[in-house]
Amino acid sequence: MADHLSAWQLIVGGDAALFAIVRLSLLVSLSAVALAALFGMPLGALLALTRFPGRPVLVVLLNALMGLPPVVVGLAVYLLLSRSGPLGELGILFTPSAMVIAQTILIVPIIAALTRQTVEDLWREYRDELTAMDVGPLGRMATLLWDARFSLITALLAGFGRAAAEVGAVMIVGGNIDGFTRTMTTAIALETSKGDLPLAMGLGLILVAIVIAINAALWGTRLWADRQAG
Amino acid sequence: MLSRFCTLAFASLFIVLIGCAGVSAEEKSIVVASTTSTQDSGLFGYLLPIFKEKTGIEVKVVAQGTGQALDTARRGDADVVFVHAKAQEEKFLAEGFAEKRFDVMYNDFVLIGPKDDPAGIKGKDIETALRAIAAKAAPFVSRGDRSGTHVAELALWKGAGVDLAAAKGSWYREIGQGMGAALNTAGAMGAYVLSDRGTWISFKNKGDLAIVVEGDKRLFNQYGVMLVNPQKFPHVKKELGQAFVDWLISKEGQAAIANYKIEGQQLFFPDAFGGS
Amino acid sequence: MRAPTSDLPLVFDEVSLEVGSTRLVDRVNLVIAPGAPTLIVGPNGAGKTSLLKLCMGLVAASSGRITWGGRVDRAPARRAIVFQRPVMLRRTVAANVQFALAQASAPRGRRHLRTLALLDRVGLADLASRPARRLSSGEQQRLALARALARDPELLLLDEPTANLDPAATRAVEEIVLQAAQSGIKIVMATHDLGQVRRLAGDVIFLVRGRVCERRLMIDFFDNPLMPETAAFLRGDLVI
Repeated sequence: MADHLSAWQLIVGGDAALFAIVRLSLLVSLSAVALAALFGMPLGALLALTRFPGRPVLVVLLNALMGLPPVVVGLAVYLLLSRSGPLGELGILFTPSAMVIAQTILIVPIIAALTRQTVEDLWREYRDELTAMDVGPLGRMATLLWDARFSLITALLAGFGRAAAEVGAVMIVGGNIDGFTRTMTTAIALETSKGDLPLAMGLGLILVAIVIAINAALWGTRLWADRQAG
Repeated sequence: MLSRFCTLAFASLFIVLIGCAGVSAEEKSIVVASTTSTQDSGLFGYLLPIFKEKTGIEVKVVAQGTGQALDTARRGDADVVFVHAKAQEEKFLAEGFAEKRFDVMYNDFVLIGPKDDPAGIKGKDIETALRAIAAKAAPFVSRGDRSGTHVAELALWKGAGVDLAAAKGSWYREIGQGMGAALNTAGAMGAYVLSDRGTWISFKNKGDLAIVVEGDKRLFNQYGVMLVNPQKFPHVKKELGQAFVDWLISKEGQAAIANYKIEGQQLFFPDAFGGS
Repeated sequence: MRAPTSDLPLVFDEVSLEVGSTRLVDRVNLVIAPGAPTLIVGPNGAGKTSLLKLCMGLVAASSGRITWGGRVDRAPARRAIVFQRPVMLRRTVAANVQFALAQASAPRGRRHLRTLALLDRVGLADLASRPARRLSSGEQQRLALARALARDPELLLLDEPTANLDPAATRAVEEIVLQAAQSGIKIVMATHDLGQVRRLAGDVIFLVRGRVCERRLMIDFFDNPLMPETAAFLRGDLVI
């Protein structure tokens, strides 16, 4: 990336390296949210609707895992994906795929825990109706998740926020390779360590602006859809 | 309807993702574990496009400290290592993780400190300077990360006869991070720090810092390159990695290294003579 | 496919329902058999809702035995319930009915047609693509009825369905209930509205504090109440 230009000049000038970094950040974090939703939402719904010995422990554990340190997740995934590790054959260390995996693991607890809370609250309201309509366990999960979709968007946003903001996991498993696994957060870390603080700050503001934009877009979608679906 | 849209969105995300992973596996590329100083100085930014133009090989540099880079290679996660701590490299060689080692280039270390030089060491030789810092308990920032720079720094203290064990945590501060971070910290604390010249010249936050000691031949910093041993790790990209090694020590590669300048100053001096 | 079992006769044998230390239903014996609608009346807190939930099988009795067509298994075969405040699924009116049809295992190919027929029956055909949550209370109650009828029930339970509705909406609901009764569905309905009892009931169950105080044919209930509490209730004098 051009060393002596300010972040603003890079945006206006359409710097290709900057756009590549932004694109990668979004690709990695959005993919992680999608995957985490795929695993986390059914998990949260299942936890909300079932009762079994040890359930309270699992709920507490899931809530606690929301605070999983990114760098610890990064290290664990690194050891898994390293050539000397169990999944080394996949050869995906230092690639965006590894970054997506690490971020997915990081945000599944957030999405699952928030889903569990939302579904549990909604179940209280829907319980009699769904039981009266003889809805089976899978049907309950699907119906509650769908009817709670607007509240669940908040869970997705929380997950996205966490993923887009973290640097520890993607730095370790991605390697911050120029043009390949460099995201906004790792680029900021790099520019800071090179002493180019204005550029680092500029990148930081761009990152914040993007996250705000995504939040606003999703909020707008929710308002519109709310008006449609009542 | 919304659910159908969502399924479509997820599905396309998956496809894109898998596409990314697939593409990366097929293109001609190697992973080089190297040091933060070669990255931060901008050398790779200059060299690698030249190499890619010539051979079509994409070089992916994972920049870590020397110790970490060698460990990455020991785990088989890199094809080539390019670092600057000869003793550690030779240990790596002896352990069988590489078959050959080649000198590539050298640069020098410089002792950086506050402009007002509280320890009064400007212009002295390195060992005298370090002894003065210890005597006056002037703050000193160390990278403390087993990097080539860190290893060289420890050797210089030893050569100066200073025992660091007592000093750790008081005036001697180990931060466990890269060169840029160390310079930032030294600037903020008004401390001395040992840096490689390349990182120093391209460092943008010099603030109140300046070079206080340079030119001492004990500050000489040798870089070496090794192909990770394909016998130990069959997945290592042998031909592509060897092509990179060969190019670095070839007349062309060496000329390119010599050509790299920041603000008119040459940072690295090529000195490849063949295997050791 | 639906099992060809019946939920009638519905028999309560010394059934009680206790929650904590409160006895909501107290040693009730009753038989619900096919026929004219049975209306359940009683002062607030008499246990009407609890009784209906027991009939539906939503809660299990604390003591005593309930059988549906001779079976003890609580899985609803051919019965449905409409709550006082029904919960609308967050989707269109038609989708709500289709959901109920799907849950009742109606054959897939026929669902669309049956949805239209059901909506027509409850007078909501024009609102098929409106989001269900944006209906008025009367319309929502009719949608809940459509969902219940989608299950093709033999037994239809209703818990004060018109308690929150204005007279016009109340009449609309009562018409649907009468039609259902005429088509052979056994209606069991809780109500506050004595006028409704006169309009709809075949027989009346009078509940007080979870006990069946009296069960009479509608005419006899009003003209010849057996118990003093019944008379007091009809006068509006009953104080619990």
